[in-house]
Amino acid sequence: MTQTDLDQTDRVAGVSSNPSSASASPPSANGQPQARPAGQTPAGQTMSLAVRVTSARLTYGGTCLFSDLSLTLEAGLTTCLLGPSGVGKTTLLRVLAGLAEPEAPTRVETSDGLPLAGRVAYMAQQDLLLPWLSVLDNVLLGDRLRRTRITPEQAARAAALLERVGLAGREADRPATLSGGQRQRVALARTLMEDKPLVLMDEPFSALDALTRLRLQDTAAETLAGRTVLMVTHDPLEALRIGDRLHVMTGRPASVGPALTPPGRAPRRADDASLLALQAELLRRLDA
Amino acid sequence: MSALAPLGRTLVTLAALLGAWQAVVWATAAPRYLLPGPLAVAEAMQRQAAVLASHGLTTLTEILLGLIGGVLLGGISALSLARFRTARRWLMPVLVVSQAIPVFALAPLLVLWLGYGMLSKVAMAILIIYFPVTTALFDGLRRTEPGWLDLARTMGATPAATLWVIRLPAAQPAFWSGLRVAAAVAPIGAVIGEWVGSSSGLGYLMLHANARMQIDLLFAAVLVLGLFAVTLYAAVDALARRATAWQVETQPSDD
Repeated sequence: MTQTDLDQTDRVAGVSSNPSSASASPPSANGQPQARPAGQTPAGQTMSLAVRVTSARLTYGGTCLFSDLSLTLEAGLTTCLLGPSGVGKTTLLRVLAGLAEPEAPTRVETSDGLPLAGRVAYMAQQDLLLPWLSVLDNVLLGDRLRRTRITPEQAARAAALLERVGLAGREADRPATLSGGQRQRVALARTLMEDKPLVLMDEPFSALDALTRLRLQDTAAETLAGRTVLMVTHDPLEALRIGDRLHVMTGRPASVGPALTPPGRAPRRADDASLLALQAELLRRLDA
Repeated sequence: MSALAPLGRTLVTLAALLGAWQAVVWATAAPRYLLPGPLAVAEAMQRQAAVLASHGLTTLTEILLGLIGGVLLGGISALSLARFRTARRWLMPVLVVSQAIPVFALAPLLVLWLGYGMLSKVAMAILIIYFPVTTALFDGLRRTEPGWLDLARTMGATPAATLWVIRLPAAQPAFWSGLRVAAAVAPIGAVIGEWVGSSSGLGYLMLHANARMQIDLLFAAVLVLGLFAVTLYAAVDALARRATAWQVETQPSDD
């Protein structure tokens, strides 16, 4: 994704930043591949989507949390947004997810000029598994909700994803029989099952214990490689381990700092000395 | 603790109640036509078994039809209330008014309109069951975990699909607690109807026995009605446990 690409987007994009006005999502008009071989970085740009938020504004209870804020999500990379609680990062993510109305003059632009509605997969801090459905049916929830018939191929794909997140053989179990880490793994499989160009994650691992969190970060980094991801987190180490572009969002009104790019490929080792140096830098920026 | 313990406790409670009853009979030396003892009632139950069974069948049919009708109407109402804003605005006051008017006041009217037969009693039972079922299910439908609804929105779910796949199953525990209440109050509806005007049913039998000073038969009819209520409640409770087996019980099973 180059600057010219985005400039082009600007011209194409009379793209509405209002998700509800674009209610009918274009049914895979862009020839979205149904199933991509797991782990493969998409070579063509058919799947990779860049997203840019500009002039973002948020007022809450009369207080201006941020205005004229911009954030770029580069195609095929994982962008991490760090910041203290209450800075508005979750709201920014919810705007992208179509869960919150963007405040004027917020603009959301995509590299292909099409609206984002229907093209995001969302993963929250809670696993949001439905307790009355089996693990497999939870992974297939999107198809159920869209009233798509669940073909044997789809079920097989869901089972394969469960195997990839390390839950082979647990398809028929109820979520209540799983541990917190396993439940979040199911949520990750459900997110991957959606196979959407943009993955939005809101502190997905913050409710887990340290060791479980590290393991899940590995699995997430491996399975999400090559996708455009925005992850909101308050854990600098987590961002350094799995993020490609790290932004710190601080202040009131808040602004998004320049990207920090950790070296090497995700998932990075937690005990890497260079990461620890970068962590100090991140903490310094967070404290600023 | 053995599996027989609950049954043992029930028997002990029952024996204590019967003992207290007999003690009151002895202490007051009340004549048999005012307060018969447990043995006299048991004797009446045995003697009049056929009569009790035929009248009991009438009442049981009314209760069950009332339950089915009330649950269907209540379910439809709650779903429309949850799904359509217009329905909420127009139906909500009607729902509250339906509870503000005592069923006792309506009973004579219903008998007048629907006749002395079973229909007026079924209508009465429906009226009494409708409210707990509707409010319980509607409350359950309103209190869906917001995160689930967020997830459904990002997945492109239609409101109808969200209602069917997420909100309705999530409301099941609330629905079943409403139905438990309904099962416990359903006999009241049927019996009120029978009191106001009927030619069969346990309510009719009670009035009839009362007028002829057959107090032992009156007690027997009350006991049969109580048996219905307890059985019905236990059946609904068993169904509820089966349907919501996924729900983790937070209450400790033993303390």
